[in-house]
Amino acid sequence: MTEQLLKIRGLKIEGRSDEMWNQIVNGVDIDLMKGEVLGLIGESGAGKSTVGLAAMGFTRDGCRISEGTVEFDGVDLVNAAASVKRGLLGKRIAYVAQSAAASFNPAHKIIDQHTEGPTQHGVMGKKESEMDGMELYEKLRLPDPENIGFRYPHQVSGGQLQRAMTAMAMACRPDLIIFDEPTTALDVTTQIEVLASIRQIVEEFDTAAIYITHDLAVVAQMSDKIKVLLKGDEVEEADTRTMLSAPTQEYTKSLWAVRSFQRPSKPPVPTSATPVISVQNVTAAYGTVPVLHDVSFDIHEGRTVAVVGESGSGKSTAARCITGLLPPVSGTIEFDGVAMPLDYRKRTKDQLRQAQMIYQMADTALNPRKSIGEIIGRPVEFYMGLKGAAKRKRVDELLDQIELEPSQYFHRLPSELSGGQKQRIGIARALAAEPKFIICDEVTSALDQLVAEGILRLLAKLQDDLKLSYMFITHDLATVRAISDEVVVMKDGRVVEQGTKDEMFKPPHHPYTDLLLSSVPEMDPDWLTNLLNERGVDNIGDAAVGKMT
Amino acid sequence: MMIWLLGILVVALPVAYGFRMAGQKLTGNAPRFRDMPSGVAYGYVIGAVVLVWLVWTYIASWLAEGPAANQYFFFRIAIHGFLIFSVMAISFRWLGTKVGPEFTKKLFRNMPATAAFGILIIIIYAVVSIFAGVIAPYGQEEILGAANVVPGGNPAFGGDPAYPLGTDQIGRDILSRLIYGAQNTVGIAFVTTCLAFFVGGSLGFLAATLQGWLDQVISRTVDVLMAIPALIFALLLMTIATVWANELGVNRTIFMVLIIALIDSTRVFRLARAVGLNIVVMDYIEAAKLRGEGLSYLIFKEILPNATAPLLAEFGLRFCFVFLTIASLSFLGVGIQPPLADWGTMVKDLSQFINFAAFAPQVAAAPLLAASAIALLTVAVNFVVDWMLHKSSGLKE
Repeated sequence: MTEQLLKIRGLKIEGRSDEMWNQIVNGVDIDLMKGEVLGLIGESGAGKSTVGLAAMGFTRDGCRISEGTVEFDGVDLVNAAASVKRGLLGKRIAYVAQSAAASFNPAHKIIDQHTEGPTQHGVMGKKESEMDGMELYEKLRLPDPENIGFRYPHQVSGGQLQRAMTAMAMACRPDLIIFDEPTTALDVTTQIEVLASIRQIVEEFDTAAIYITHDLAVVAQMSDKIKVLLKGDEVEEADTRTMLSAPTQEYTKSLWAVRSFQRPSKPPVPTSATPVISVQNVTAAYGTVPVLHDVSFDIHEGRTVAVVGESGSGKSTAARCITGLLPPVSGTIEFDGVAMPLDYRKRTKDQLRQAQMIYQMADTALNPRKSIGEIIGRPVEFYMGLKGAAKRKRVDELLDQIELEPSQYFHRLPSELSGGQKQRIGIARALAAEPKFIICDEVTSALDQLVAEGILRLLAKLQDDLKLSYMFITHDLATVRAISDEVVVMKDGRVVEQGTKDEMFKPPHHPYTDLLLSSVPEMDPDWLTNLLNERGVDNIGDAAVGKMT
Repeated sequence: MMIWLLGILVVALPVAYGFRMAGQKLTGNAPRFRDMPSGVAYGYVIGAVVLVWLVWTYIASWLAEGPAANQYFFFRIAIHGFLIFSVMAISFRWLGTKVGPEFTKKLFRNMPATAAFGILIIIIYAVVSIFAGVIAPYGQEEILGAANVVPGGNPAFGGDPAYPLGTDQIGRDILSRLIYGAQNTVGIAFVTTCLAFFVGGSLGFLAATLQGWLDQVISRTVDVLMAIPALIFALLLMTIATVWANELGVNRTIFMVLIIALIDSTRVFRLARAVGLNIVVMDYIEAAKLRGEGLSYLIFKEILPNATAPLLAEFGLRFCFVFLTIASLSFLGVGIQPPLADWGTMVKDLSQFINFAAFAPQVAAAPLLAASAIALLTVAVNFVVDWMLHKSSGLKE
């Protein structure tokens, strides 16, 4: 039996809001042996990050540990003096945050931040620690490990920065690392690289880890056992294979089931039909920097076209061209066979009405100072000229359509809604204009899986009822599989491949499509291992993209 | 003296440590003491020392007699003032939770005492300035005989009961002039600030929304105006305006309002533009633009409601600055013109009496009356603004 490293018993944490202490974690137990990896999963607000931080004896401002014990290698971290904790944190317990870009100090070079921990704790000298850092960079397969540390954080890419941060956490060879959603902000091809490096280095140094994420497929690759949290309560815990194959709790089963949503394919579009939106040979640039090269695709009535690609591939720019926010340099955009003015300011009110948009971040897409009634009522009044009772009636209808009770939500402010409800309001605002065509820009990527599935089902239902056409921008291929009829794959501002969904998910593929598809983590815990065996560590992720071009 | 101070600061260190340890022992390691940083414990101890010193000095002030009591004069006023205002603020807040509609009751329940104090003072100033003519015992220009600056109205100290705060250097009642001063100074400052916000705010939002060359033109003009030191610029413009005022037969005060509003609107413009720029990049603004909304809808319906919190805070501060600028201009002799009462002018006129502070503190208090009227309003407005900011932005600490 290996030695127990971390022992958490009955951990309760309170958060302060409205001058009151409210319990946000209701008694969680964690046991972690040396060299073991625990996956913590749950929706946002489940308390995963709070528990993760508490494992270091730390709470965010406005939170406090009210009850329970956190014992790390025999030391009680809850009641430990600050000096004791200072000796442990960074040296024996390390933390890797979600956004490496926000966690590195932009004013200092990466290596200088790397050496700070070891020199501070007296583990190594500065020179020695620098050499060690380079070695770690090499292990994590960062390009040019000798020199990359002498760059500033903004000079390296997001995935590289995340690996540099993992190296930094490793600098003192800690016994425990807490990973707080380290790959959530990354593209699939970058994510797989980071996952592979993290796993390799954790195994090599026999480090224990707590891996916090909301992505089940990721946690399946990384952890030995999984604990599911829901609203501060522990739902269940089991080792990874048991958890994946035989979850016992209803909630866990529902989490697992999300990925199975898929709508039936539709018959092919008759070739004679006029597409609702036709993008033809569009080339666009920000200033003098070209971002789109000769992009063409059609969207037909009642169909969903998913536009996929990594960040920077030009998918959102294509949407901006269609809406007229970024007039293309050349090419045309036709609506129902008629070319539209390229600048939105030159379009008629009716042209503007026909193409609506739903945004990724519902928080910034809804004016926080306006009530739901005002937000949805404005397009109703603006386009349809309805006022007073007629307007109210139409808004109530729309709220019914998005499955929110009108009397309850009409007067609320966006801040009084949950993330999924806000996104529904965004949908209602687009529907209020009675458009034929809606652009959905990453509408589900900021949401938890269960909520996201609800939104996808709603969009599918609305499409059937109202004959809507969607342009669905996403980087998540599971979403593509769930909702789309046709797929357009983009890379570096070019359309790499396009076709119907069934064609796209069956080989043969364009090599880039293949890479995208194979990089999506699957629920099988052996998936990453198999993939690495099949392709070798140097042929995954960005490295493979580099080889292709 | 220095050694004493240093000694206390050093001795407080181990005391603070002991205090925290004892707290942890006695309360069974409650989160309050467990999570208390050393700095906070140190602060508690130093605070306790200062409190003891205050009480001790206050008792000494009662025991002292004759000339020795003079040195405690202002100290006692400060203590009494603090106690009276605290009681007023707390009872005002208590009254607020009992009287009035449910909406204001709820507001008062969550209000800190400082905000209650601020609101109370602002209400008092507003009432006084609106009803100045009714409240003031004498006219502001009325010369009532001998100059006698001793406030308090106590004949034993040489005061005159007919004039509770004394009379100024040419024999006008100081109390009446203070009351009329509220009307002149506060009223003019309020109008000026509103004007500055109207001009600066609309131009700022316009620049943020349209950007491009219009933004460049307005911003660079504002940069030029801001490069000139405000007070000197105001003095310069006031000198020019004085000539115009005489030629045109227009009241010079109107020019003063316009000049200060112009100078302060540059600061408001900067803020409104910066806040506006952060708002126009939001998706809901993009959604409104794509809907085909006009410029006025964008500015007044989408941007303005989201900019009210910082603008309101700036309004409070700006009001104080305008107020102080008017007082300084009057002090320098180009602001509100005599015989109209104005607090800045009153401070200037009586300023030489401050030299009496050592042996006749009552006399020295005369110029401080108008000065403290200014200070009180400034503090009050800032308290209220702090509270509003806290409420609207959800700022913690």
